[in-house]
Amino acid sequence: MPYPELMIRPMREEVTRLGVQELRTVADVDGVMANPSGTQLVFVNSVCGCAAGGARPALALALAQTKAKPDALFTVFAGADVDATARARSYFSDYAPSSPSFALLKDGEVVHFTHRHMVEGRYPQQIAADLVAAFERHCGSLTPAS
Amino acid sequence: MSGMVFHPGHQELHGVTVVVDGTDGRTYVGRFDREDERGVLLRDVAVWDPATSHQPVAEFLARTLKFGVRAEARQLILPSAEVAGVRRLSTVSLA
Repeated sequence: MPYPELMIRPMREEVTRLGVQELRTVADVDGVMANPSGTQLVFVNSVCGCAAGGARPALALALAQTKAKPDALFTVFAGADVDATARARSYFSDYAPSSPSFALLKDGEVVHFTHRHMVEGRYPQQIAADLVAAFERHCGSLTPAS
Repeated sequence: MSGMVFHPGHQELHGVTVVVDGTDGRTYVGRFDREDERGVLLRDVAVWDPATSHQPVAEFLARTLKFGVRAEARQLILPSAEVAGVRRLSTVSLA
């Protein structure tokens, strides 16, 4: 059963206010992922306090720390938008479902994946550093943000 | 909703993906929920069984680190007497 919307709305907004496009339906997902080009980051959001509570601020930090950003930023919410999340995961199905998690795709191929176990117990700054490294490796410019 | 949010009142490993080494040679990977009088409760658990697995445990763990936990059981309770050790998956070294 999905979580109450009132409870998760702030968790959605913590991500969407970064300019990340939320995909809430299967059609939303297919609309942006079926014919990919360039780099796409998909953040699988979740309610988990211990892991997602670090992952969301990590994403904010990472996006602020480098100019080498993915061409497109998407998020789905596990446990809330169940069908959309399952569809998004179908685009990186070699990787077992976990949330929170980050999938970085380049022309539709996964080039980096941050699993939940890589988030647990770590500070947002540590998670962000891994994301920045992946962005700078796969998303072009190596120029740090000023 | 920012910053580190832990689970007050829960055990230290609650919510953490762990590797449990069983005294019978099996290896389990899943999210630690709690340990109580029944044993260790894991959620979304992958199991490596030396009797049936076609790959060494090191390869099972390497694949799990790279591709995530392929859960076979939604939850599993392992009696504490059958648990040889519990460690975080993130600390597993493949050297």
